[in-house]
Amino acid sequence: MSIGSGAEEGYEHYEAVVVGCGPGGAAAAARLADHGVETLVLERGVEAGSKNVSGGLLYAEESAAYTIDDLFSDFRAEAAERPVTDYHIHNMSGNRVKSYDLTDLHDHDTDWCDAVLRRPMDSWLEQRVHEKTSETGGGVLTGVRVNGLLRENGEIVGVTCDELDPIKADMIVAADGVNSELARDAGLMDWEEPDEWFQGVKAVVEMDSETIADRFDIDEDEGVAHLFSGDLFQDVRGGGFLYTNEDSLSIGTVFHLDSLVEQEAEPHELLDALLTHPLLAQWFRGEYDEREYAAKLVPDSKKVAHREPYRDRLVLVGDAAGQMQAQGPIIKGMNHAVTAGALAADAFAVTRGNADPEAAGRRYTTMLEKSGTMDKLRPRRYEVSRRVGERDVVTNAVERVLNSRVGSLAVGNPIAERALKRAYNSPFLVSMLPDTKTGYVSLPSVIGEEHGRTVHWENEIEPPTLADRIGDLTYDTDVGNPHIRLRDESYEASGAAVAACPVSAEDFGGGCYRSETVKTNGSEERLVSLDTQPCVECGTCAVVADTEWEHPRGGKGVEYREG
Amino acid sequence: MEGIVRSVVLTKGVPDFSEGAVSFNEEGHLERGKTPTVMNPNDEFALQAALQTKVRHGGHVSGMSMGPPGYASVLEEAMESVYTDDSYLLSDRELAASDTWATAITLCSAIEKYQEEVADVDLVFAGFKTADGETGQTGPQTCWGLDWPIVTHVLALDIDPDEGILRAKRLVEGDVDEIETVEAPLPCVVIADPEFEPTYRKAAHRLTHKQLRGETQERATDHEEHMTTWDHQDLNLDPDYIGLDGSPTIVSAVDPIPKAPSEREATMVDPGDEDGMETVFEEMHAFAGGD
Ligand SMILES: Cc1cc2nc3c(=O)[nH]c(=O)nc-3n(C[C@H](O)[C@H](O)[C@H](O)COP(=O)(O)OP(=O)(O)OC[C@H]3O[C@@H](n4cnc5c(N)ncnc54)[C@H](O)[C@@H]3O)c2cc1C
Ligand code: SF4
Repeated sequence: MSIGSGAEEGYEHYEAVVVGCGPGGAAAAARLADHGVETLVLERGVEAGSKNVSGGLLYAEESAAYTIDDLFSDFRAEAAERPVTDYHIHNMSGNRVKSYDLTDLHDHDTDWCDAVLRRPMDSWLEQRVHEKTSETGGGVLTGVRVNGLLRENGEIVGVTCDELDPIKADMIVAADGVNSELARDAGLMDWEEPDEWFQGVKAVVEMDSETIADRFDIDEDEGVAHLFSGDLFQDVRGGGFLYTNEDSLSIGTVFHLDSLVEQEAEPHELLDALLTHPLLAQWFRGEYDEREYAAKLVPDSKKVAHREPYRDRLVLVGDAAGQMQAQGPIIKGMNHAVTAGALAADAFAVTRGNADPEAAGRRYTTMLEKSGTMDKLRPRRYEVSRRVGERDVVTNAVERVLNSRVGSLAVGNPIAERALKRAYNSPFLVSMLPDTKTGYVSLPSVIGEEHGRTVHWENEIEPPTLADRIGDLTYDTDVGNPHIRLRDESYEASGAAVAACPVSAEDFGGGCYRSETVKTNGSEERLVSLDTQPCVECGTCAVVADTEWEHPRGGKGVEYREG
Repeated sequence: MEGIVRSVVLTKGVPDFSEGAVSFNEEGHLERGKTPTVMNPNDEFALQAALQTKVRHGGHVSGMSMGPPGYASVLEEAMESVYTDDSYLLSDRELAASDTWATAITLCSAIEKYQEEVADVDLVFAGFKTADGETGQTGPQTCWGLDWPIVTHVLALDIDPDEGILRAKRLVEGDVDEIETVEAPLPCVVIADPEFEPTYRKAAHRLTHKQLRGETQERATDHEEHMTTWDHQDLNLDPDYIGLDGSPTIVSAVDPIPKAPSEREATMVDPGDEDGMETVFEEMHAFAGGD
């Protein structure tokens, strides 16, 4: 007996261990508990939601095998903000804006859709999950970070943690989100290619419910969603969003990470470009009070959704499995995480007691296919159109046409206008859009230019500086124990992080990444240095820099209050 | 023992220095009634040690405190923050102004009464030094009175309920560089070191901890219901041997409390001075009942 540790011989064992208490983990755990499976949930945040960010519109799709209110009956009343009753997209070209009503696209296959904030939402889920799982002999533990997989004779049999002794389980659900350390440890995912990810950045902005009602012309039980695309983000592929919460706004951007890196764009400046655009003046009216700045990577399911997301007793659900669908401008990650989590639980329940350790994983894979989830995540249409559309030759040709007089005229004629609106509202066409500049920048700006009206409002707000944004965040720094280490300090290997890190910038000394020129033996070298204190754990530098990247220990690091 | 551990944690209130509201009476004694009371900071470690034992082995923890009625708030704090099951307050006028010795006598009597009337005790936990007295003696003196073994400066501990023993890691003479492992038979007294850190490396332990937190939050809302008060008669104590009259020592000066003007005579004795120490022992003889 080692005194003080409480360690006894042998491992603790639970029937199921769920890592992460976001929507994916919560759904898996709740469903496992419904099946009477003894379930332990491990969450690294001080409370579920304290590490999480989304835009966030949570969809309940009519075609989904499970929606969140199937599993948590009073979810909408207790944990969500406002339902989306109005949906618009704005194509911008300078001050010219052409807006389309996207409600048709939004309504397609939608039973309901609510805006959510992740801290209140996930912490509510955590309570419910703890109640349910406690009855099975398990429960939810926060402040515990799983740091790897426990193996016996090369086979995955459990998890290892920073804060606990290793634990064995008959099924391990990795619902640990984007940058899943478990998926990487199992060799199922890697963090190599920037073009497989988006980076999302968001500000939660103070606005009381009366003001929201007034400025957006909605009732208490109504909400709006606005999307923004065009040339306001320079040439970076992606777009912006604005959603109404009960008494705040969520305003943010989602960009292709490869594009961000290519353009050496500063994420916080792109967010500011949206915030300070004249179009937004109608809602701010000169007042701007930012409650929280946040960022996180988002996987692109079209490229990374794993077709067989399991190994041995481990299954991946949600972002950890790359199950995050960008359906044109509509982003669906939380809903798929919920569906996948519940399906994984069902798969375990039906294969319970099967001696084959991969029985549950195989069943889960089949269920993802049969429920149609996999086809949403990796649409076959996209696979085909991508092969053609993403070739540079085609892109360049289309770009040239669009930017030519003829192209603008073509897009600009009245028939085209109706056709374009229809195209935007077509889930079929939208899911086919290749990930090129055309869809994100050129087409919207031509639409804005040709069909738009000029917005004359003055937007006089001043968003906080990066230093103020960092200063307003809450951190519990793990002093002397940085969770990210630079493996290669050269600018070539890791320099991209200086701009791409949402809390760093060239010529800003208070961020995570900095670059400096050092003189050695008469030659000059550009080096990168890293200070993880202001890190918001978004995961970007795990992909764009050469690092040894881990999440901080349980409870350490940034703590979001809104999410 | 049936695999569950019964513990009593000794805790006391100390003046809340942060308020800067320490007040003294005419005789120079601290007026505790007029000074906001908080839990003695070092008792936190004793309580944590008791809680760890309960989380790992199950059982029951009682908080016990000797002092004015206002100390009920300290016991309530113990219930809220470290989930004690119930509280015992030893309080009446006769017990006022006790020094460590008179306190120890009173605590011993209370533990004996507890054993007779409530349950057999396996462990008594006490903190290392109080913030106001700084003598660090009440614990050892209590254990002397109970005639139980004592383990001081405890950093980590485990109970083997089947064997009825305690294993602990302790600092040797309070020196951080030297740690020894000791065993003691139960029942025994444990003095937790301020370096004591509870560890919960088992998921099951953390779940129990969380469950206790939930249960206790309810319990602490009506703390009075769970508190028993004993006066000197309940404890069958002769007023001559307790309280101010039963206190052979005084604390004449303490930092950072403002100096209490003492009108009682104090003799300063250098522990190296044999004659002087002889006098101390003689003085204490009567109180120690060592005829
Ligand atoms: C800016 C932005 C906008 C978005 N907009 C939308 C939107 O509008 N609609 C939508 O549906 N989706 C949106 N998403 C995507 C959505 O947030 C994710 O797809 C979704 O959160 C995935 O859920 P999950 O349960 O898989 O993972 P997460 O929600 O990330 O949860 C993972 C959990 O695991 C925990 N964890 C991680 N590692 C460990 C570990 N090692 N040990 C213990 N616990 C761990 C984390 O703390 C976290 O609680 C957006 C994302 C961003 C960044
Ligand atoms: S240091 Fe890396 S993980 Fe942290 S905020 Fe910057 S890019 Fe994101």
